[in-house]
Amino acid sequence: MPLIQCENLTMSYENRNAVENVSFSIEPGDYLCIVGENGSGKSTLLKGLLGLMRPKNGKILFGDGLTQTSIGYLPQQTVVQRDFPASVQEVVISGCLHQKGFGPFYKPSQRTAANAAMEKLNITSLRKKSYRALSGGQQQRVLLARALCATDKLLLLDEPVTGLDPVVTSDLYALLKQLNQEGVAIVMVSHDINCSIHNARKILHMNTGVLFFGSVEAYRKSALCEKFLGRDAH
Amino acid sequence: MTALSAFFQYPFLARAMVVGILVSLCAALLGVSLVLKRYSMIGDGLSHVGFGALAFALATGWAPMAVAIPVVIIAAFLLLRLSESGKIRGDAAIGLISSSALAGGVIIISLDSGMNADVNGYLFGSILAMSNSDVILSVLLSIIVLTLFLLFYRQLFAITFDEAFARATGIQAEAFHMLIALLTALTIVIGMRVMGAMLISSLVIFPPLTAMRVCRSFKGVVVVSAVVSVVCLIGGLIASFSFDTPAGASVVLVNLAVFLLFAFAGRWLSPNME
Repeated sequence: MPLIQCENLTMSYENRNAVENVSFSIEPGDYLCIVGENGSGKSTLLKGLLGLMRPKNGKILFGDGLTQTSIGYLPQQTVVQRDFPASVQEVVISGCLHQKGFGPFYKPSQRTAANAAMEKLNITSLRKKSYRALSGGQQQRVLLARALCATDKLLLLDEPVTGLDPVVTSDLYALLKQLNQEGVAIVMVSHDINCSIHNARKILHMNTGVLFFGSVEAYRKSALCEKFLGRDAH
Repeated sequence: MTALSAFFQYPFLARAMVVGILVSLCAALLGVSLVLKRYSMIGDGLSHVGFGALAFALATGWAPMAVAIPVVIIAAFLLLRLSESGKIRGDAAIGLISSSALAGGVIIISLDSGMNADVNGYLFGSILAMSNSDVILSVLLSIIVLTLFLLFYRQLFAITFDEAFARATGIQAEAFHMLIALLTALTIVIGMRVMGAMLISSLVIFPPLTAMRVCRSFKGVVVVSAVVSVVCLIGGLIASFSFDTPAGASVVLVNLAVFLLFAFAGRWLSPNME
């Protein structure tokens, strides 16, 4: 049973369709990259999957125990976060908020989950530090730990390597590969087609509609990939 | 000490103190989120709208609070809508609304009676203006703000830090924005008489900024901001009474002094901040 199944999904702003008649599925343990040019509807599709925007037509079905609010989401960083006074621990544990509850304190089980996520991403030693004092790569690890608090099934990443230097970028890809091998499905929106075909196992190439959906091997052989890669080189 | 004992002798001083402390506490708590979300000028805009509403109430002889509270609440929703719809940028929208309301207020007052001492009090604050009903209002407001703040502290953190993530985990961000705007509107209307329409927004902006000079965590910022706000207000009102200076202006200057102190302390401590 797929984690997410999109059937003939159409999403639009006012009268312009940003996503048109898109169908694909995400299986447990998948590693999918969504590629396409700016304005090809990648971000809009993401908003649909996360429930931040309502589809105009079509269906998004969740299965295998996944619900819309238990997707581990790693958004692009915002200006607000850059000088935000919050400790690493506070940021990570806020990933547990999809579990309902009131009051200023987290439950012991949520604290345990946050500690485990920090341990997994090797940031336990940073837990008391201020988020704004960290390097870009460390901040990305913190946000990834937060996303892991929200899920153990599916991570959804929006351009996660933007603004990171090459060393940190390859660290992040290694980390994602490791998480994927531990059974977390990964869906990533990316500009970086080269890295995408090296790391992912499936590709969804969009231009409002679906241009390609399938395995990386098949994508490499396609004319579409050649064209996209070729133009990328210039 | 004489100033302090005077606060227990004169009921109007005690009232100003109670209202001031409660309002400054609420403003500081709401302010942390507003400042971090870059919405701090909403406080400024709302206070000017509040001034316009009070001027209108003075001219027509209606109860000031009965006019000001609904008008400012409507303005708060309007400002939020404007800045979210993106047709006019948020800061520009606030500029439009606040200067129009201020201009309207000043015109109404000058047509009605000419500028007088009463207006001075409205603009820059007075410790004489508090009635018993103001005290009751401020007690109610602070109970509501404190309760909601404690109940939704974690959600508030998530929305302030990362709205996209918070919404993806199912938190109703719009509802929280509305709630914060509503509570800010109430805080500003009630605090406006003590602090003055021109200066009330400082209660929203100064304490969180001061706390951010030295605190590393969100919890730290919230707690320090609340304490700093209340301490500065008490200091400012005592100074106002002792030196016969306008209440709002005195509180702002005390806030400024504490801000500078914390800024220096933050610099000095900064190696440990990393």
